Amino acid sequence: MTFIRPIVILFGLVLIWQTIVLVTGVPAYILPGPMSVAEAFLSHTGPLFEHAMTTLLEIIAGLLIGTLLGASNALVMIASRSLKRWLLPVLVISQAIPVFALAPLLVLWLGYGMSSKIAMAVLIIFFPVTAAFYDGMRSTEPEWLELAQVMNAKPMAIIRHVRIPAALPAFASGLRVATAVAPIGAVVGEWVGSSSGLGFYMLHANARMQIDIMFAALSLLCIVSLMLYFLVDRAMIKIVYWQKEGNKKEARHL
Amino acid sequence: MHNSTKIDTRFEGGPAAPSVTLEQVSFAYPGEQIFRSLNFTVKGGQWTCLIGPSGCGKSTLLRLISGTLREGLSGRIHFSDGNNHKGLTAWMSQKDLLLPWLSVVDNVCLGARLRGEMTAKKRLKAMSLLEDAGLGEYANVLPSSLSGGMRQRVALLRTLMEERSVILMDEPFSALDALTRLKLQDLAARLVEGATVLMVTHDPLEALRLGHRIYVMTDRPAKLSDALIPPGSPPRNPGDSAIISMQATLLERLEGRDKS
Repeated sequence: MTFIRPIVILFGLVLIWQTIVLVTGVPAYILPGPMSVAEAFLSHTGPLFEHAMTTLLEIIAGLLIGTLLGASNALVMIASRSLKRWLLPVLVISQAIPVFALAPLLVLWLGYGMSSKIAMAVLIIFFPVTAAFYDGMRSTEPEWLELAQVMNAKPMAIIRHVRIPAALPAFASGLRVATAVAPIGAVVGEWVGSSSGLGFYMLHANARMQIDIMFAALSLLCIVSLMLYFLVDRAMIKIVYWQKEGNKKEARHL
Repeated sequence: MHNSTKIDTRFEGGPAAPSVTLEQVSFAYPGEQIFRSLNFTVKGGQWTCLIGPSGCGKSTLLRLISGTLREGLSGRIHFSDGNNHKGLTAWMSQKDLLLPWLSVVDNVCLGARLRGEMTAKKRLKAMSLLEDAGLGEYANVLPSSLSGGMRQRVALLRTLMEERSVILMDEPFSALDALTRLKLQDLAARLVEGATVLMVTHDPLEALRLGHRIYVMTDRPAKLSDALIPPGSPPRNPGDSAIISMQATLLERLEGRDKS
């Protein structure tokens, strides 16, 4: 059942798409039908996958660096109150600047290569990761902290053994959001200035009125993003193993 | 029930368990005086019960002794063995506070883990405590698969693992059903024997079952009654006629009718 459902949904969407094309009779250079997109996909697999590789690398690098920076930032804010007072406003200000507006600057500073796109992805995911992890650690059950205090635990041990594990479920949802939005950063970066990647390829096809290729690139981007999301989702379920565990082994007696 | 190979898991503090004395203790939350010049001694090696209406400051008193609450405290709290709060008390509350990501045995060893003192020997001791409490087969499962009574039993063992001579309990059994509560009270009475225990409760029967001495706390700033000393040694039979009649006395004191 779990396997069939996405296939049915996908099939339904394609069917609606085909119907719209048939009923409205829009020309193919505005909205190509699914068949012609599939054709374009198959005849351009080489360049499509090459560009997809670039974009995927940018997304993954952005995710890794952004998560690392976001998580360490959250840890610093939890560990030190005085540093938190300085970091929190900076974090909020950084969120007030629309990241998209920075894209041209990043390309100017970091060049047409991958680094400007990675930087875009990092900027986009930094906040959700930091906020989720920090909030998770801050809202740790106060009585757990009190118990740890009575047990004579050092502040660092409390962070390591209580706060961090307690924050993992929140961190996992932050990471899910990050995985969903990271491709946006990479593609926007590619639009502004690049010579490879799916965003670049879409722009390139658009300029040549090859709308079917553009749609093929778009679908590939969707597939890449979805795969990444499901991989991260799986990993997160593993990491917060105790949430899923539930009441598998029923207690037999009191 | 258990064979002879098992390690003795009872409390090891022995007769040396210290008493805790509060001298002229005053404490206020912003805008609210909880204690004013309170003098109180928790006798060493005995189980003392503190009973009173909700919000009269019972839990605050425990927190002052454990040292988790300091701001706003004046007066002196000292332990008869000359030590200070830190590292002397063990804490058990109404919530079991088990960490859901740690297995049952790891939860029992939480204190050692937090202090970086985890050893194979500690783990063995935790295992034998679990065996003794009838939880041996659950040592490696996560707490989420245990019932409420079992979870609270694990919390009790975690408290014992601390090997502290003063144990502070904040309504530890109040969230359990009657039968489970009785069983857990028996287990607790057996396992903590010899330690200095201060337990807050609002169940008169529980206080009468377990306490060597019972104090009623009322009013604000809080006042303590004289000690009520039930006959016999805990855990007492709840059906005992002396216990039942004392329960009436206790209820009267709680309501403030008894002014003698």
